[in-house]
Amino acid sequence: MSETASVLPGMKVAASRGGWLIWTLLAAAFALAPLLFRSGTSLTMMSLMGIAIIFALSYNMLLGQTGMLSFGHAVYFGLGAYFTVHAMNAVIEARLPVPVAAMPLVGGAAGLGFALLFGWVSTKRSGTAFAMISLGLAELVGSSSLILRSFFGGEEGVSTNRTKLLRLFDWNFGAQVQVYYLIAAWCLLCIALMYALTRTPFGRMCNAVRDNPERAQFVGYDPHRVRYIAFVLSGFFAGIAGGLTAINFELANAALFGASQSGNVLLATFIGGVGHFFGPILGAILVTFLQNMLSDVTEVWQLYFGLMFIATVMYAPGGISGLIMMHRPVWRAGALSRLMPGYGMMVVPVALAAAGAILVIEMATQIGVHGAQGTTMKLLGIGFDARSVPPWLVAGAMLGVGGLLARLVGRRIAAAWDDVRAMSLTHGGVA
Amino acid sequence: MAELIIISTLNGVLFGLLLFLMASGLTLIFSMMGVLNFAHASFYMMGAFIGFQIAKWAGFWPALILAPLVVGLAGAAVERFGLRTVHAHGHVAELLFTFGLAFVIEEVIQIIWGKSPVDFRVPRALDFPAFTIFSTNYPAYKLFMLAVSISIFVALFWLLKRTRVGMIVQASLTHPKMVAHLGHNVPLVFMSVFGVGSALAGIAGVIAGPALVTQASMAALLGPILFVVVVVGGLGSLQGALIASLLIGLLQTFAVSVNLSLADIFAGSGFTPAPKTILEDLWRVTIAQVAPILPYLLLMIILIFKPTGLFGTRES
Repeated sequence: MSETASVLPGMKVAASRGGWLIWTLLAAAFALAPLLFRSGTSLTMMSLMGIAIIFALSYNMLLGQTGMLSFGHAVYFGLGAYFTVHAMNAVIEARLPVPVAAMPLVGGAAGLGFALLFGWVSTKRSGTAFAMISLGLAELVGSSSLILRSFFGGEEGVSTNRTKLLRLFDWNFGAQVQVYYLIAAWCLLCIALMYALTRTPFGRMCNAVRDNPERAQFVGYDPHRVRYIAFVLSGFFAGIAGGLTAINFELANAALFGASQSGNVLLATFIGGVGHFFGPILGAILVTFLQNMLSDVTEVWQLYFGLMFIATVMYAPGGISGLIMMHRPVWRAGALSRLMPGYGMMVVPVALAAAGAILVIEMATQIGVHGAQGTTMKLLGIGFDARSVPPWLVAGAMLGVGGLLARLVGRRIAAAWDDVRAMSLTHGGVA
Repeated sequence: MAELIIISTLNGVLFGLLLFLMASGLTLIFSMMGVLNFAHASFYMMGAFIGFQIAKWAGFWPALILAPLVVGLAGAAVERFGLRTVHAHGHVAELLFTFGLAFVIEEVIQIIWGKSPVDFRVPRALDFPAFTIFSTNYPAYKLFMLAVSISIFVALFWLLKRTRVGMIVQASLTHPKMVAHLGHNVPLVFMSVFGVGSALAGIAGVIAGPALVTQASMAALLGPILFVVVVVGGLGSLQGALIASLLIGLLQTFAVSVNLSLADIFAGSGFTPAPKTILEDLWRVTIAQVAPILPYLLLMIILIFKPTGLFGTRES
């Protein structure tokens, strides 16, 4: 498919629409972030965010752009990490003049190679069958890692040392901030490449195959081939993310291609929103942040995570980016102020219901997990006994009243939306 | 050798029937609603834990009846208040919903019963060896599991093929609109099928709980194999699900009991691979160690050579 090569016209489109401003801002954000957030933990977290962004965007090449739901994307991520670690060790041993900065390419190549290998079978069909095959492949590779110990290093994995590779500009990548900038540079490059890809004819064909494979076939494209190419490219970028992880942790282990890794990238991508290019970026940042922050605050953070995901699927299937973009035409029409009162009122019942739910979950955790050590607990500095009745009544009331009020306010917001739509219809232009 | 074959066959058929108890519900739900229920194994896990709790309070026999009922009601509620809302957003959204649900159920179970296995025991009435062959005691409880699985299997087929309810269900599989036009409440049929499917998984959980380990990771361990079963058997085919369940049950049970590696088989050849290489790993790995990946290998082979599965008619 020769169209794949024509990246330039796509770039022109981005540039002509003031896109350069966005790209410059993005680059500046990457460059300045470590100056704003100096602490070690935030540096570590931002490094993870950069990796998560590449991984989530590569995942969205499948789910959002080509309509393939994968439950095993971590396979290419993990294999990329392993190949990078082994390549780094080989480079160190042979004293080859290769800098660390180039090593993620090895991961990318590994991801690409395995996607070439596994992709042909799995992309024959999309939908449920593809999802099942991806799940089976993930289990297959995951279990094989325990058999092929010489390559995968068994339970403890394979480690490396990133400081022993060739130094460029006196950077030895011992300090986390240097690793951060390496990840940031790769992240920016990958975002640009993946964005450019969506603007090529090939990117459009992916969308066509997602929306209506039959019609794509009628205009002369083989959906299987389009899916295959998208799958392979997605594997490449996942491999790069894996390679960066290997450099970041100086370690590759079996957890990297576990089911939870595949699940996480799905969660992040979907919560961010699959319908817009920037959705997975938001999702990756938010999910990485929550994973690091929530796990400090509560031990059942994964439950909150799952609930958040279900809420997204049920009420906002477009994810965060879908919610944002829904308001773009309204904002352009200058009618955003009409929606604001409703949104402002919505804060109260949502906060109330959320507080009630959190109270229930935390009390249940106290009783279930720590019941043996006593059931007195503290939330926001208020101490109480999780086994006594009043806190449960309070929580139930908060949930009930919050839910009821949310319904009422929801009706108001819906009415406001109707107003806005009617108004934009009479003014013309905005749908 | 004969001992190994007989015991493994019994265990394999038992595991296979247990898989079928779950796969049948999954297949029914899939063929009716087009939803591959990711949380199906979670309902099995719920069955085991709720069964454990009821058994603790009231004994095993009430648990055997009540726990599947509770799980079935939970399943029906999930369909009514969750899936039905998501349905408008398409099948991918439905699959994602059940994926999130599986996640949440596992977390909730960990909160209530903790992360370590619970002590779910075989009821005393069945805690004796049923017979002895070749000096191996075969536990009566396993025969009981076999009997329960077979009777449910028979009842399910009878219900589907011989009763009016079964006819409506079968008609809703292929012609939901026509069935609705004839005055049947199709959403109610959907909800009931989802509930019954979940209850079947719940029964599997209650009877498997004491025999296997009742822990919060049991859904994650079994779930993927369940999908292998329904895909290998052919999405939407009950007969296929039965054959595939038995096939995978036998395959895994036999593989686990064979402690042979390539190195053993070709011991006389004098070939030894260089140490610390992938070839050496492959040379020394035993069939028992490969057992966990066999279902997935089977899945790959089937998908390459017969993408519709053994008995399937539709592609997805």
